[in-house]
Amino acid sequence: MKRHAAITEPRWIRYLLIGISILFLISFLITPLILIFVKAFEGGIGLYLKAFVEPEALAAMRLTALVVCIAVPLNTIFGLCASWAITKFEFRGKGFLLTLIDLPFTVSPVISGLIFVLLFSDKSWLGGIFYNLGIQIIFSTPGIVMVTTFVTFPFVARELIPLMQSQGIEEEEAALTLGATGWQTFWRVSLPNIKWGLMYGIILCTARAVGEFGAVSVVSGHIRGLTNTMPLHIEILYNEYNFTAAFAVSSLMVFGALVTLLIKHYIEWRMKGEKRL
Amino acid sequence: MRKKVRRKTILPGFGLTLGITVTYLGLVVLIPLSMLFIKTAGMGFQPFIEIVTSPRSVSAYWLSFYTAAISALINAVFGFLVAWVMVRYSFFGKKVLNALIDIPFALPTAVAGIALTAAYSGQGWIGHLLGKIGITAVFNPIGIIIALTFIGMPFVIRTIEPVLEDMEKEMEEAASSLGASRIQTWIRVILPTVLPAWITGTTLSFARSLGEYGSVVFISGNMPFKTEIAPLLIMTQLEQYNYEGATAIACIMLLASFSLLLLINSLQAWSKVRGRG
Repeated sequence: MKRHAAITEPRWIRYLLIGISILFLISFLITPLILIFVKAFEGGIGLYLKAFVEPEALAAMRLTALVVCIAVPLNTIFGLCASWAITKFEFRGKGFLLTLIDLPFTVSPVISGLIFVLLFSDKSWLGGIFYNLGIQIIFSTPGIVMVTTFVTFPFVARELIPLMQSQGIEEEEAALTLGATGWQTFWRVSLPNIKWGLMYGIILCTARAVGEFGAVSVVSGHIRGLTNTMPLHIEILYNEYNFTAAFAVSSLMVFGALVTLLIKHYIEWRMKGEKRL
Repeated sequence: MRKKVRRKTILPGFGLTLGITVTYLGLVVLIPLSMLFIKTAGMGFQPFIEIVTSPRSVSAYWLSFYTAAISALINAVFGFLVAWVMVRYSFFGKKVLNALIDIPFALPTAVAGIALTAAYSGQGWIGHLLGKIGITAVFNPIGIIIALTFIGMPFVIRTIEPVLEDMEKEMEEAASSLGASRIQTWIRVILPTVLPAWITGTTLSFARSLGEYGSVVFISGNMPFKTEIAPLLIMTQLEQYNYEGATAIACIMLLASFSLLLLINSLQAWSKVRGRG
């Protein structure tokens, strides 16, 4: 492609800008990523693999999986309901509702944890009820699930609302006029239209649920093998100077992040393709 | 657009979906969040003021504020540059680099924290180089700025990129054929188009950095009055079971975040208007 001098910069400026950008990305992004793998394999492959068969590591992975399996489906159902109500109907206070849905994004992770500690501490009335029933919420799995649900609350809704807004309601109305029931319309018309956007939201929601650290840290109580999620397990290993294991578990999470990005790009590519059709 | 949605619709499920949305929002977000204000209201004005104006709190807010501001500015400058290079120029490895920019969104913050600490500590690959010119990054406010720059990086880049992609090259061609120099085209055509997205991205990055916890705690060293950011101070108060102290500081932080959310919303409305015109 030949570049027109009038709408681009001289060659040396272009090279300079590319060079600065790459240097910036290397020093802030690429080097830390590579270092995780370097540090993880420093002690050899045997030591690397050992980090994953520790019972505490396995327990952390199980807890993280459990948390994801509860928080993500809940927020997905919410996201579908919220976007249906908001984009298919007109009602008062819609803008306000949208702002409220965004709230968890603006709350610092530590504060997200704190509010659940306040809600369920044995001094609050709700916490008192659970205390008398002998159910522990804070410093236990239910608390971890709840804060993760809070932190990942807006992800699916945020992806679906703009998408469904741009699609309008004609197709659904046509289906209903032709005699389809509400559920049929949703499953056969609406869902296929939003499937990529929905998957996109679920992917982002899952990544955040797996990696949430600050909020979970506040409510977890850090009981090894019991209330440690994967990021908390990494913190403990790191603070015990067990660097190889900390970086080994981290490398698994980097791998997860890279897979997330791959899926994300695949979805973006599919969405673009469908737009062109 | 507006008109289409406003007329009466035959679509079902409004009551059900809005009901679920509001109930779920109330249970997961509003009730827990309200605890913070109930608890603050219950502690009395005098103690509240005493906590939030104590020298340790003030120094934590100030540290959080200025490190977040500096990192947002770094991201504003380099984010613009990277976005420009990614959209306008072509070079080897561009696609992979561009995809990796989303890593801070997908990577658990704790993993980012230990990776950055490893890279910037005195023996680390980059920290070693910085040490030669007399800069200590780790256990220093500089380290906090580095971590926050990592966390906030995608915001500016990802908000500017679509605007640059949509910008028609014809506008620049027209400007140059009307006799504008490249610099004039930059100042009169390119900058005004990108400005709303640029400011929005920078504000988003600032808002995210203000509450960040996971990536900072490893690199900062957590020394009161020196490297103790506000979210960390909340955490410390909680660990000492000083719920009132934690709540009061959180309340101030939350008010700051809410004002930023309002600012971001009006910025986005502004860029929509600008985009249309």
